[in-house]
Amino acid sequence: MTEIHLAQLLFARTALAPDPADGSFWMPPQVSTIAHSVDWLFNFILAISVFFFVLIVVVMVVFVLKYRRREGQTAESSPSHNTALEVTWTVIPVLLVIVIFFFGFKGFLDMATPPANAYEIMVEGQKWKWSFTYPNGYVDENLHVPVDRPIQLVMSSADVIHSLYVPAFRIKMDVVPGRYSKAWFEATQPGEYDLFCAEYCGTGHSTMLAHVVVHPPGEFETWLDKASDFLATMSPVDAGRKLFQARGCTQCHSMDGSAKTGPTLLNVFGRREKLSNGTTITVDENYIRESILEPAAQVVAGFEPVMPTFQGRLKDQEIMAIIAYLKAPAEASKGSSS
Amino acid sequence: MAEAISAPGGGAGVDHTASDDNYLTHGKGILSWLFTLDHKRIGVMYLVAILSSFFLGGVFALVLRTELLTPGQTIITADSYNKMFTLHGAVMIFLFIIPGIPATLGNFVLPLMLGAKDVALPRLNLASFWLWLTGATVAVASIIIGAVDTGWTFYTPYSTTTGTAVIPMTLGVFILGFSSIFTGLNFIVTIHKMRPEGMTWFRMPLFLWGIYATAIIQVLATPVLGITLLLLVAERTLGVGIFDPALGGDPILYQHFFWFYSHPAVYIMILPAMAIMSELVSVFSGKHIFGYKFIAWSSIAIALLSFLVWGHHMFTSGQSGLTNMIFSALTFSVAIPSAVKVFNWLATMYKGSIRLAAPMLYALSFLFLFAIGGLTGLFLGSLATDIHLHDTYFVVAHFHYVMFGGTVIAFLGGIHYWWPKMFGRMYSERWAQLSALLIFVGFNLTFFTQFVMGSHGMPRRYYNYLERFTAYHQASTVGSYILALGFFVMAGYLLHSLVAGERAPANPWGGATLEWETSSPPPYYNFKHDLRAGDPYDLDALRWDPEIKGYVRKDPGSVLLSPGEAS
Repeated sequence: MTEIHLAQLLFARTALAPDPADGSFWMPPQVSTIAHSVDWLFNFILAISVFFFVLIVVVMVVFVLKYRRREGQTAESSPSHNTALEVTWTVIPVLLVIVIFFFGFKGFLDMATPPANAYEIMVEGQKWKWSFTYPNGYVDENLHVPVDRPIQLVMSSADVIHSLYVPAFRIKMDVVPGRYSKAWFEATQPGEYDLFCAEYCGTGHSTMLAHVVVHPPGEFETWLDKASDFLATMSPVDAGRKLFQARGCTQCHSMDGSAKTGPTLLNVFGRREKLSNGTTITVDENYIRESILEPAAQVVAGFEPVMPTFQGRLKDQEIMAIIAYLKAPAEASKGSSS
Repeated sequence: MAEAISAPGGGAGVDHTASDDNYLTHGKGILSWLFTLDHKRIGVMYLVAILSSFFLGGVFALVLRTELLTPGQTIITADSYNKMFTLHGAVMIFLFIIPGIPATLGNFVLPLMLGAKDVALPRLNLASFWLWLTGATVAVASIIIGAVDTGWTFYTPYSTTTGTAVIPMTLGVFILGFSSIFTGLNFIVTIHKMRPEGMTWFRMPLFLWGIYATAIIQVLATPVLGITLLLLVAERTLGVGIFDPALGGDPILYQHFFWFYSHPAVYIMILPAMAIMSELVSVFSGKHIFGYKFIAWSSIAIALLSFLVWGHHMFTSGQSGLTNMIFSALTFSVAIPSAVKVFNWLATMYKGSIRLAAPMLYALSFLFLFAIGGLTGLFLGSLATDIHLHDTYFVVAHFHYVMFGGTVIAFLGGIHYWWPKMFGRMYSERWAQLSALLIFVGFNLTFFTQFVMGSHGMPRRYYNYLERFTAYHQASTVGSYILALGFFVMAGYLLHSLVAGERAPANPWGGATLEWETSSPPPYYNFKHDLRAGDPYDLDALRWDPEIKGYVRKDPGSVLLSPGEAS
């Protein structure tokens, strides 16, 4: 049975491929142009592995049953060395691994070489959030792409090493501070897919997730135009809330009163905070702005100066929207009390 | 001199019943153990210490698996989980599996297999045990002052910026490294200088070949780990920019340094296991080992090739495509000697007379599990598939099949094989079978499920996970409980055997290597006579003696060196 399995794979590459949209016992759905060849190689190695595994176990079981010790019986004599046999079982695996190596390398070259016309999206990883910057400067927390178009990701990290992993696309690439790494893919089916961080990065590693949204033909541009315009179409408070979530603020600052890596920003506006240098300040627009652009300048007592700067990463108008969002509870209570 | 202290009843050859004055009773009190120079006692102390580490690492593993019963929080927080998996990895690797077989069984058996009184450098041997204790204490003490949350790999810049106790843990590992180097050095010298009359290099038991190959790696690779960890400490404490890009360093450089040690270290773990396998398969098949020279050379080949494959841990790190290609190709080369060994062990069983005693059950388990562990390495050595599988549970499953399914299983086989020699007692065969079965079933349930969830995209080191992985995680956790039960059964019957086990004969299994030419347990001085070595796999030279329920040499004089011959 195993041999048939192997033969099918060798001679009819697609015979075993299930409907790519469903995934198989081993693999998630195939949604990129390279997924098919990765899975083919996976199945090829699987067939070789199953063949050798079955061979080893069957031989072992047969020998155990056939040559099981019986009372008063000792081992039959047989040679303890056979050069021809030993060379054979050395050479056959050598040939097989050369074949596996070749296909693995060939597939890797396809994965490592983006087409010249790829659409470029900048990716930044930071504990514990992804952000995706589109060519027009718009930043989103999820990766939106058009279907059937090669996409190149140019990635960097604001803190430690992360790794961008989309199982449905079979791509993974480390995101390293201090350098740019690249990955590319071409999605073949509209839909939503999971994007993980695959390199351990601390407390929130397992929640450093995002969605890849693959838009049907023609819809990506419409989405991008609409999304990019959020500062104009949303109220400042709503825009601020969106930014607060999309840009990773929530990873360290809660809005429910609990302290995380940073202090909670629930009702932060107007609050008196004790600083690590012993002084006390009242949180106002200037303090919020300074904390975004120069986070280490005045740190609230009890917290580490670990926040990365957003200098150059947030526009003025965006900072104002965030201030408006943080100010909203204070404004509301002012409104109700007066 | 040995003649003068021959035990009562001893004529020519071995005493089949142990004297009351053996190495266990020779010298009383805790200090006679702690400062002993006797390789056997050092081996036994290592065994206790290393199995305690295994227990500790196992408890961490059970906490992890229990936490993973449900997505989100089950019993502990994300930060505790991260510390727990780091401790599980660090304890299992640096305290348990790297010293594991060489320090325990190697220490006990190696000089006996050479017919020698001790290792070449007994004081260094004791020093390496004390270094192990010191390093282990420092590493475990890091738990008290906050533990470490970096993963056992200490990747920068996470490890240089996290607030946890990285320095105590890395210093502990640094000290443990010296223990490992000293042990390796000692074994190399001992094997070179203390082989008995008749034991040419190609008449050495394959156990010694495996330990020798391991020792080469210990001596050559471990210093790199030491230096790397010191650089890490220098960066954390002094702010010297080596690995952290914020200080002008390169985080990928750390990975190169780290894996330059830690990949060869994988073979520090598996070579001694293969070494045990060669003894078990031959003795319990009642057959001469098949293809002795291929097995011996494959150990050396593995030791050398192991230095050339570290980059396969870094296929997604952003290293160049050319580098990836070279490391992928070299990685496949190291698969071949392992495959050759497996085929040789199978061929040894051909036309044998196979006894399914506990050590052989572990040897058969090893063949089954190591086959899976080795073959799944092909998926990871191949570039296109590794990109998808890297840092997922597929990798976790792969290395547990190799490290646990391979090394730990062979270690257990070795413990069951030499237990009668070490303690002079037989354990309950029936309970041993039950325990071996539980471990085999529990292990496969725990880790096979991890292959499937990994290839579906479940990343490793995840505290939380998506709903669709729940069934796999729960099956895996149930498996880990069965596995733990197997180990509790084992602890039970092994401890029971120490007090109530049947007395072991000198040679219960019919092995032809020299450690069986002395009583069980051996006397303090190991052998009554100077010995000469013959073919270590000439099992036909032995016959079963029903009276003593053990094996005896058909010609007892064949292994004795007459006084005039001694060089």
